[in-house]
Amino acid sequence: MSNDMSDNGMIVTESATPLPAGVHLPIYMDNHATTPLDPRILEAMMPYFGAKFGNAASRNHSFGWEAEQAVDKAREQIAKLIGATSKEIIFTSGATESNNLALKGIAEMYRERGNHIITQVTEHKAILDTCKKLEKQGFRVTYLPVQADGLIDLEDLKRAMDDKTILVSIMYANNEIGVIQPIAEIGKLCHEKGVIFHTDAVQAVGKVPVNVIADNIDVLSLSGHKIYGPKGVGALYVRRRNPRVQISEQVNGGGHERGMRSGTLNVPGIVGLGAACEICSNEMEAEAKREMELRDYLRAKFEKALDYIHVNGNMEHHLPGNLNMSFVHVEGESLLMGINDIAVSSGSACTSATLEPSYVLKALGLGDDVAHSSIRFGLGRFNTKAEVDYVSDKVIDVVSKLRELSPLYEMVKEGIDLTKIEWAAH
Amino acid sequence: MAYSDKVIDHYNNPRNVGQMDKTSDEVGTGLVGAPECGDVMRLQIRVNPETQVIEDAKFKTFGCGSAIASSSLATEWVKGKTVAEALTITNTDIVKELALPPVKIHCSVLAEDAIRAAIGDWKKKNNVAETATATAAAH
Repeated sequence: MSNDMSDNGMIVTESATPLPAGVHLPIYMDNHATTPLDPRILEAMMPYFGAKFGNAASRNHSFGWEAEQAVDKAREQIAKLIGATSKEIIFTSGATESNNLALKGIAEMYRERGNHIITQVTEHKAILDTCKKLEKQGFRVTYLPVQADGLIDLEDLKRAMDDKTILVSIMYANNEIGVIQPIAEIGKLCHEKGVIFHTDAVQAVGKVPVNVIADNIDVLSLSGHKIYGPKGVGALYVRRRNPRVQISEQVNGGGHERGMRSGTLNVPGIVGLGAACEICSNEMEAEAKREMELRDYLRAKFEKALDYIHVNGNMEHHLPGNLNMSFVHVEGESLLMGINDIAVSSGSACTSATLEPSYVLKALGLGDDVAHSSIRFGLGRFNTKAEVDYVSDKVIDVVSKLRELSPLYEMVKEGIDLTKIEWAAH
Repeated sequence: MAYSDKVIDHYNNPRNVGQMDKTSDEVGTGLVGAPECGDVMRLQIRVNPETQVIEDAKFKTFGCGSAIASSSLATEWVKGKTVAEALTITNTDIVKELALPPVKIHCSVLAEDAIRAAIGDWKKKNNVAETATATAAAH
């Protein structure tokens, strides 16, 4: 087999056998990191890069009105997907900004009422790092633990709430392990106590039926590039009734978005985000079923062919396209190297800049060695069964080969208990 | 992560994979690293008792591509050397040969540790005295 460098720098190995129909290398199966732009969305956006270039805040001419109309339409498309009204949708530069705006904006606004915020340990860094910043500013933050399956314990949440609690922020679905938290119950508890409930719903919106009313959500973050839309645009849902939530502006300069987020709107991006949401509204049910079947098929193939593997995260309350699996006694980066024509990600330390294994997997109580051998498969709209077959066959092959190289696998097969060994770590 | 051609070569075609009978007096076994660190190397050598030449070497590694390449290279390099010569192999030699980036230097250090551990084990079994170079121990 010869190795060529493809245009994007990935090493692509020429296959010895011809590829099955519909399979093009490299295969993208990392849809939690980002998603390809749906061609239909690109088409919807294009006029706003061309003739329809107006500023949506230009009140006095047709260029502005045209842009404003497109933005209003997008607000409705987004609101429809999550069960909100269009006045409750604020546009941002992405979910990281939405998360920052929600946490900082609420903390600032309700400081007189209290200074306690509750979140949990497997949140995205956009939440965790923002909480760290708020702690430096004098807020108290409780980071709830998660159980071995990744779910929080509602009793822990109940116990943590006190009369100074102003905000609870719990993600709808986790980006690494795909676990879905008991959102409606959390929201109900928050409403009973008069506490605002925010959810980072980036991985859930458009994939499972999120409804801010049924789920008792007050504030919600979502992102364009996770649902086949463009990067650089996101939204924040801010409830207007029962209760009315107020947010202190974090980006100042003109008072756009009802005084919550200033700045000229990214019209083409917003049009793309709206189109992405509309497509999800129409296709979500069928697509979720299709992805779940593919995901379950992938999992079944692994379980049939390999021993010492296990799935990370509660599989009952779970995103349809996500599979986070540990291939024990094989290290994650070496596995990724062997499947270098497939794009997935790993919880192994070697793949992160800091050499620390995934904090999400550690929070589940997994040992570092198991975290090191985990791979996240993120199936999406454009993945096919042929691709899933190629990926499963290749992974099984590489895992088997690496196990022949693994002293740990050899020892385990000989019946040695690895936990009893005194390792000579350096 | 951009791997050098040599790392890729060792990964695709690892040399000397396997195991030796660790109860034999001619065999020295070095087991270094820890599963929690994501790196475990086992390097074994068979030493000719008269000449002290390492006649064969085998390895198995749990670790990233650079760790596999470092230990595979280590088995290639020790074969044919005397025990004393093998102790002169340093991790910097491995880093240079494989063009390892800074974040992967620790893989080469572990491979050097593995060589020393295997030699140390053989020496202990055969009551051979330690020399000054051999005691350059933990990093």
